[in-house]
Amino acid sequence: MNILVIADHDNQELKETTLNAVDASLKIGGNVDLLVAGENCDAVARAAAKISGVGKVLKADNPAYRNQLAENIAPLVVELAGEYSHILAASTTNGKNILPRVAVGLDVAQISDVTSIESSDTFKRNIYAGNAIATVKSTDSIKIISVRASSFDKADLSGDASIESIDHVFDAGLSSFIKEELGATDRIELTSARIVISGGRGMQSSEGFELLHKLADKLGGAVGASRAAVDAGYVPNDMQVGQTGKIVAPDLYVAVGISGAVQHIAGMKESKVIVAINSDKEAPIFQYADYGIVADLFDAVPEFESLV
Amino acid sequence: MKVVVMVKRVADPNVNIRVKEDGSGVDLENVKMAINPFCEIAVEEAIQLKDKGQAKEVVAVSVGGKDSEDQLRTALAVGADRGILVEAERDLEPLAVSKLIAKVLEEENPDLVILGKQAIDSENSQVGQMVAALMGFSQGTFASELTLKDGEVEVTREVDSGLQTLSLKLPAIITADLRLNEPRYASLPNIMKAKRKPITTVSAEDMSVDITPRIQTLQVEAPTDRKAGKILSSVKELVEKLRTHEELI
Ligand SMILES: Cc1cc2nc3c(=O)[nH]c(=O)nc-3n(C[C@H](O)[C@H](O)[C@H](O)COP(=O)(O)OP(=O)(O)OC[C@H]3O[C@@H](n4cnc5c(N)ncnc54)[C@H](O)[C@@H]3O)c2cc1C
Repeated sequence: MNILVIADHDNQELKETTLNAVDASLKIGGNVDLLVAGENCDAVARAAAKISGVGKVLKADNPAYRNQLAENIAPLVVELAGEYSHILAASTTNGKNILPRVAVGLDVAQISDVTSIESSDTFKRNIYAGNAIATVKSTDSIKIISVRASSFDKADLSGDASIESIDHVFDAGLSSFIKEELGATDRIELTSARIVISGGRGMQSSEGFELLHKLADKLGGAVGASRAAVDAGYVPNDMQVGQTGKIVAPDLYVAVGISGAVQHIAGMKESKVIVAINSDKEAPIFQYADYGIVADLFDAVPEFESLV
Repeated sequence: MKVVVMVKRVADPNVNIRVKEDGSGVDLENVKMAINPFCEIAVEEAIQLKDKGQAKEVVAVSVGGKDSEDQLRTALAVGADRGILVEAERDLEPLAVSKLIAKVLEEENPDLVILGKQAIDSENSQVGQMVAALMGFSQGTFASELTLKDGEVEVTREVDSGLQTLSLKLPAIITADLRLNEPRYASLPNIMKAKRKPITTVSAEDMSVDITPRIQTLQVEAPTDRKAGKILSSVKELVEKLRTHEELI
């Protein structure tokens, strides 16, 4: 079997979720190649070549690929697909954006957000906000799979793969990049953090979230949020954890002022240890928490911070 | 300008879903059904374009069983002009649904198609992108803002790193994220009026589209539940537990 993994990156840095996608590929078994499509993405290709288990890195370096536009990247993947039995990407916003277009190009189904590899054609995935787990088997000749990064380990970085340049250029001319607003880039990435402190509507404001940043900085963790906190404008969208936000599974998840709606739980229930801080002892979040503190968060969080 | 919006009938997001004991699927018997929340946002966006005079006609399309007509009526009640139901007997996979939609779009020739970014039941997040690929359209997924310009639409997308703004040539596909808008409620007179708006029904079988399944569902099981732990009496005790018992901090 030959497997192609589409690397997620921003032309400078390889996203850690790519390591999870490679780990999933190694569980399928076979030869794993990695596609780095971007512009001036040499550093990314070199970082990708260090991932253990990767046979070769295919580098497609062209302005058409700079912003990961699905209209341009998908035809490139389709062009390369002939050699492969599986095409994988992490289900990041890039992976989700690109893969269905690849599937259409090959006239095959896509299996989304896989959480477990049962065999080379059978996978598990969550449905209904994680209230059910489906085991599905693909009958297509090429399997297109997006993988839930938090369900897989990170592949090691002791490899030394070759880098091959490919010069197919697909520029559909359908869409163009205007601008981007990046969230805080100096902070630890939510999806790969060992500790996540998340705040909800109970934080009351952006200033409230500063309490969480202080605690997270002390613990070496990242800060997440519920949908209500994002909707209220306390924090940017890239911090949302949940069914329709990011899925995290850190060693420690601390939910502060979050009630515990199913859509939020779906994004964090695989965390190893869950702590809830909430003033309402009936809040559903306590049914999922290993440790609960029933208290006003504006007392409990500063105290927590002072003790660590 | 003509806008097509897609609506999917799903279990209401507020109901507790249970897995059938024989592992064949989830039990939807007597479960309250609703329009997929993301589709609701898609419909609202189309209606806002109509309110602003930028869209002339809004056509709501659903692929599903006969009862999906309820969700089309919901779309008509908030302002869509007419509905099309592509009636399918069983649950179809995203690729099949996308091919059926593409067939409808070939007839309808819309300038803009708005869908939800995902359905909250099957959680695939595929159909919008697949339809775009089938039609050769541009795509703006996970949209939190859109602005029509001459022959183009500017779309702001919620991506993992923050917000990204793209310009898309029309015709384009947009998939709606939660913060695109706040859907309105239908008024009683409009619900009554919607009953008289036309819905055309076509059978999926008659559309000469290959909808054979590519994926077999072998089993559907319930997740292993987390057990509620302990309510601690103080933050001090919590720190102690995390430090010595869990060795996490
Ligand atoms: C289609 C769909 C998708 C969704 N996707 C997501 C998603 O991805 N992620 C997500 O999070 N939600 C999502 N939601 C929303 C979800 O249903 C809830 O509305 C949301 O999670 C609630 O956020 P919250 O817990 O912060 O707010 P609330 O439910 O309002 O809870 C606030 C909590 O803070 C506590 N509190 C208030 N003040 C204090 C204080 N001073 N000290 C201690 N505790 C305090 C309260 O007791 C309460 O429990 C989605 C909903 C839908 C319909």
